[in-house]
Amino acid sequence: MTTVAEQPDAGPTGGTVDGPVLEVEHLTKHFPIRTGLLQRTVGHVRAVDDVSFHIDRGETLALVGESGCGKTTTGRVVLRLIDPTSGTVRFDGQDLAEVDADELRGLRQRMQIIFQDPYSSLDPRMSTADIVGEGLAIHGMASGQAQLDRVTDLLEKVGLSARDLRKFPHQFSGGQRQRIGVARALATNPELIICDEAVSALDVSVQAQVLNLLKDLQTELGISYLFITHDLNVVRYIADRVAVMYLGQIVELAETEQLFTDPRHPYTRSLLSSVPIIDPELARATVRTPLEGDVPSPSSPPSGCRFHNRCPQAVERCRHYAPVLVDLNDGRQARECPEYRPEPFGLTAQSYRESELLNQGTEAGE
Amino acid sequence: MNTPTTPTDDLPSGSGPDRPPDTAADRSPAGGSTITEATEPGDGERQTPEQVALGRRQRFAESFRQFRSDHLMGFLFGIVILLLLLVAIAAPIIATHDPSAIPRPPQKLAPPSTDHFFGTDQLGRDIFSRVVYGARTSLIVATATVIISTILGTLLGAVSGYLGGWVDLVIQRIVDAVLSIPVLILALFIASLLGASITNVVLALSIIYIPRFSRIARGEMLRIRSAEYVTAAEALGAKPSRIIFKHGVPNLVAPIIVLASLTFGQAIVAEAALSFLGVGAPITEPSWGRMLSTSREFMTVAWWSVVFPGAALSLGVLAFNLFGDALRDHLDPKLVR
Repeated sequence: MTTVAEQPDAGPTGGTVDGPVLEVEHLTKHFPIRTGLLQRTVGHVRAVDDVSFHIDRGETLALVGESGCGKTTTGRVVLRLIDPTSGTVRFDGQDLAEVDADELRGLRQRMQIIFQDPYSSLDPRMSTADIVGEGLAIHGMASGQAQLDRVTDLLEKVGLSARDLRKFPHQFSGGQRQRIGVARALATNPELIICDEAVSALDVSVQAQVLNLLKDLQTELGISYLFITHDLNVVRYIADRVAVMYLGQIVELAETEQLFTDPRHPYTRSLLSSVPIIDPELARATVRTPLEGDVPSPSSPPSGCRFHNRCPQAVERCRHYAPVLVDLNDGRQARECPEYRPEPFGLTAQSYRESELLNQGTEAGE
Repeated sequence: MNTPTTPTDDLPSGSGPDRPPDTAADRSPAGGSTITEATEPGDGERQTPEQVALGRRQRFAESFRQFRSDHLMGFLFGIVILLLLLVAIAAPIIATHDPSAIPRPPQKLAPPSTDHFFGTDQLGRDIFSRVVYGARTSLIVATATVIISTILGTLLGAVSGYLGGWVDLVIQRIVDAVLSIPVLILALFIASLLGASITNVVLALSIIYIPRFSRIARGEMLRIRSAEYVTAAEALGAKPSRIIFKHGVPNLVAPIIVLASLTFGQAIVAEAALSFLGVGAPITEPSWGRMLSTSREFMTVAWWSVVFPGAALSLGVLAFNLFGDALRDHLDPKLVR
């Protein structure tokens, strides 16, 4: 019987130690659209279209965007749960396209995923002990009593206890289930965890618990996260850097604070200004450039700049000119929009002062 | 929604360990967390694998109790099935006469009496004893058929559904081909090709029933394959065999169990039909179907020669069907409620 090595002081097993844990280059995934009796391919859904990014050790990269922009597909392709159409994914310096099925299964011990839906992601016929212990069993990391002890440790880490071992998923609440999912992902001591909308299905208080848990684990174990979400408040709380996706492409990638205070792409700005603000006075003082309509179909993206049909600043030539992703001086990347004017948005000092004056005016008038 | 057990029921009530049955929570999948921490015995720091297994057994016992109270009819027919099994096993003890013995002088077509409970047939053989031994033939054929077709059909379907691609294509076209031939004609063909024996009847019926199981198993496996817990297992590095056996089979077993219990009844009828047509059990084996077939000429003069084997056949089929229905409702309450 083997016991599990304690993670905190155990370095990453093999590979280079200093390089980024994950490098994604020109990743593309096209899903063929087939119709008719002969299943002829009539087109492609370009779910992910030339996406590149990297994640350093112990870093959290958030991938944000609207529904259907390819965030989830990116996560699945990175883990090779779906095969990419083209592009490379390097995990710890190792090209995932070059490893065979057995080696890939071995690598899965080191990269994990937490799913969005805490209901469908746990096997209803398995007890908590089996669910959390599955990774240990698969990789032969522990069995019998050692496995059960490790599972108990993990459950305690996520705020559950030994008495939950023999319960089945339906006996837990959504938040508890999500924490079981976190425990399962942690079981094999992974270096990278992809959190696919990991907290979206939870209510706000539980969200905070899980987020804090993930943050603590990162500090403790040095895990890297690819945090896929559409919730910008979550992003601001947890992410070191943020990549904004639109129609399968990254439109902007920057450090979190930079992105939130000084977005360089009209889409990022619109996205940021769509965050609801609870305080009515602040809300009134906020300059908004809201997004209208839905994301266009990724099977026939708009010509030129993909955002032009929804962009508040679009002009005629945006139909033809497709901005490219360029490196900006401070380590960030953005699709350089020639029409972009850094107009004030969100809650600026000026707009806040104006609303203050406005309020004083109305109070004086009474 | 029927949630018979609320958290307050968890207080000690003196009627044994009162753990809320998993079936109760199954019935309310949306709000499924009616279970409180208090229901779990003890809060020891560590548990052994044996304790975890114990929890699983308790779950089964609870599920059984639930079945008994919710589906009394099905439960009673379950007992009938057990009695039939008992009769089949204990046939030499229960039978009053040798089922094949022709007494001298033969009392041909004697009506029911204290000596011959169900009367005698056209050769003077005791019908009661023949019906008792007939249960053996029927249940052996049905049991063997169901076991073979359940295991092979489920395996084929699960593999076919999970792997997809050309494996799926080949398996499913064969399944389609078998399903497209009328059951009895196919059985007649196989049985007459192989000759009349119990083994051949089992073989013929298994070939007929395997596709049904594989169909159901494949459909369920397709559903399971797209579930996130399978993606999660793949992300953990599970091999296809592990996914099929650890995640696939346990999740598709409920409809398979139901189909198996319904197939039991059908197999009994099919065996009787084959015997009736003369290609089933060999002439030396007492079989309900063959009894019906030979006594139909004497139906007008000796009603008992038809009624008793017929009643035995009906009872067996009815019991398996009603038990199967109840089992289906029990295992998948969403289907009916």
